[in-house]
Amino acid sequence: MQTSAPGGPEDRLNQGLGDGGRPPWPHGQPGPFGHWAGPGHWRTRRHRGPQWARGPRIEGPLRRASDDRFAGGVAAGLAGRMGLDPTMVRLGLMIAILFTAGYAAVAYVVAWLLVPMTGTDTAIAAKAKADRRGLAVAAALGSLLVLILIAVTALHVPFVGSLASPLFLCIAGLVLVWRNASAAERATLRDLAEPLESLTGRRGWTAIMVRAVTAVVLAAGGVTVFVSTHRSILLLRQLAGVALVLAAIVVLFGPWWIRVARDLVTERQARIRAEERAEMASRVHDSVLQTLAMIQRRADQPQQVVQLARAQERELRAWLFDGQAPGSLDGQDMTISGGVRQIQQEVEATHGVTVEAVTVGDCEVNDDLGALLAAAREATVNAAKWSGADVISLFAEVEPGEVSLYVRDRGRGFDPAVVPGDRKGLAESIRGRMARRGGSATVRSAPGEGTEVSLTMPRAGERQPSRG
Amino acid sequence: MTMADAARPRVVIVDDHGLFRSGVRSELGSDVDVIGEADDVQPAVRLIGECLPDVVLLDVHLPGGGGQLVAAAVRAEHPEVRFLALSASDAPEDVIAVIRAGARGYVTKTISADDLVDAVRRVAAGDAVFSPRLAGFVLDAFASLPAPDEHRPSFDAELDQLTTREREVLRLIARGYTYKEVGRELYISAKTVETHVSSVLRKLQLSTRHQLTRWAAERRLT
Repeated sequence: MQTSAPGGPEDRLNQGLGDGGRPPWPHGQPGPFGHWAGPGHWRTRRHRGPQWARGPRIEGPLRRASDDRFAGGVAAGLAGRMGLDPTMVRLGLMIAILFTAGYAAVAYVVAWLLVPMTGTDTAIAAKAKADRRGLAVAAALGSLLVLILIAVTALHVPFVGSLASPLFLCIAGLVLVWRNASAAERATLRDLAEPLESLTGRRGWTAIMVRAVTAVVLAAGGVTVFVSTHRSILLLRQLAGVALVLAAIVVLFGPWWIRVARDLVTERQARIRAEERAEMASRVHDSVLQTLAMIQRRADQPQQVVQLARAQERELRAWLFDGQAPGSLDGQDMTISGGVRQIQQEVEATHGVTVEAVTVGDCEVNDDLGALLAAAREATVNAAKWSGADVISLFAEVEPGEVSLYVRDRGRGFDPAVVPGDRKGLAESIRGRMARRGGSATVRSAPGEGTEVSLTMPRAGERQPSRG
Repeated sequence: MTMADAARPRVVIVDDHGLFRSGVRSELGSDVDVIGEADDVQPAVRLIGECLPDVVLLDVHLPGGGGQLVAAAVRAEHPEVRFLALSASDAPEDVIAVIRAGARGYVTKTISADDLVDAVRRVAAGDAVFSPRLAGFVLDAFASLPAPDEHRPSFDAELDQLTTREREVLRLIARGYTYKEVGRELYISAKTVETHVSSVLRKLQLSTRHQLTRWAAERRLT
């Protein structure tokens, strides 16, 4: 298992680094990846994994998986490429990280940077190249690493030195990923970093004091250990020397680090503000601006203007005071009457027709009834777009055994036997949506006589129906 | 009532919004004869008592109390005056209250001018005017009444329940069908549809079942 699984990102990395697959340490020596048997060391074995470790194979260039991902989707992407089970690859990666003292993790982060995600052709690295501030942070981290390496070499603690390098490389890489990845990837990173954040997040003075005291005790303990093992006044002198060098570097680089850190904070705040503004803008665009445009176009029909204004006011109030995002049909605690109302408001606002909505009885919406509402919305939007009618009737009735929804217009109608292709497709999508959930949909129409779409969904496994 | 009356009914508009009153007046145009306007309960009762119109267009919501106060006060003295409730509000209990106070129909303020004229004519002729919304409210009100059983005997079972046919008619009206379309759908005449609707209206007004009141009270709470 160990032999097949570590065909992780480091394999690709070593090919990708362009040094002919030659490891960066003398040939024959056990490097941080274990014994290196030359290029193809793992590649030759990759298809000999046992049956249970295999997974579906995906052809084409290596891509990071976008759906099945734990962090960057590198492992799943590799697994798909090699026909292995993603979990096996992940386990192998974990083991590789342990055995390579962390360098496999570096390889993972580099792969994250270099390998594009499924469905895209540009890697994060391409964007990161232009990210000057991100590169500055990475460089600052590099200088910090040098500093620590100097300190640990002077203090003869090689263990820390070997861990510090991969750690800092990983962090530098992740900083670049974080700054240049798409919003979705950033969300994944944020989820991963959550435990870390709670550890370092602001939690009052007590936490800071506890941390400071712990640090002082640890440092004091460390110094005591050094002094007691070496029992030499020489070491103290050496320590003093190291301290001086460190102080010099801090004095030299300190302001730069602080500036980089401060820039990062301001930039982060600016980005949060920009995101909020973008969100606000899109909401306002979807609702208020649309409505204002409709009102301008219908200035000669005061009744419709009033109606548009009223619908918009309702929606805006719901958003501002009840936190109900405009246009979200699948919100929690949705009921049939609420869903029908929402369809009514949406279609009235966007298409400027009157939707006469009537609901009898009510119940909570489950997945099946969500599909029913979605189909009803599609039918209503259809009627608003195609029928030419000013009024669309939407009637929902909740009965103990089933929920029925009728969408009726008095528009131009059509002959169901000779429907134009696009309309037929829409009807099919309504029918298909209902059929998949065990419901039914019928469309009744004739030229000049309007259209009625009847939707029925059984309420299988429903709780007590709540009427009224 | 003569045919001429039915063709050009005399109408009083009761609504607290002046703008809306003038809007309705101009919409109704020459098809009806608007003989007066009132903006509150007391003036409305006085005005209607004086000029005895064929139809009163009655806003469900008025500052001095609901429209049902007007309907109840006028009908105690002049049962021949007919009311058509008109509202922008969605509150079913208020609508049902106005109907129970004697209104012969209910339409929403979004109704088109032609439909409004038609509705006024039909109310003037003694018919019941059920908009899809009213049909929905009534179905809801009667559906939430538990069927009478031995624990809760009904004093007048006929009044407390809708027949299957009446239910079918109401359902089709709620779906947006006109009386004529309902008739075609159920293979009955438009006149029979009218009979069913009037019967529903009667049940709604005469049912003494306290559940109907309680339904309204519950709706008000939610």
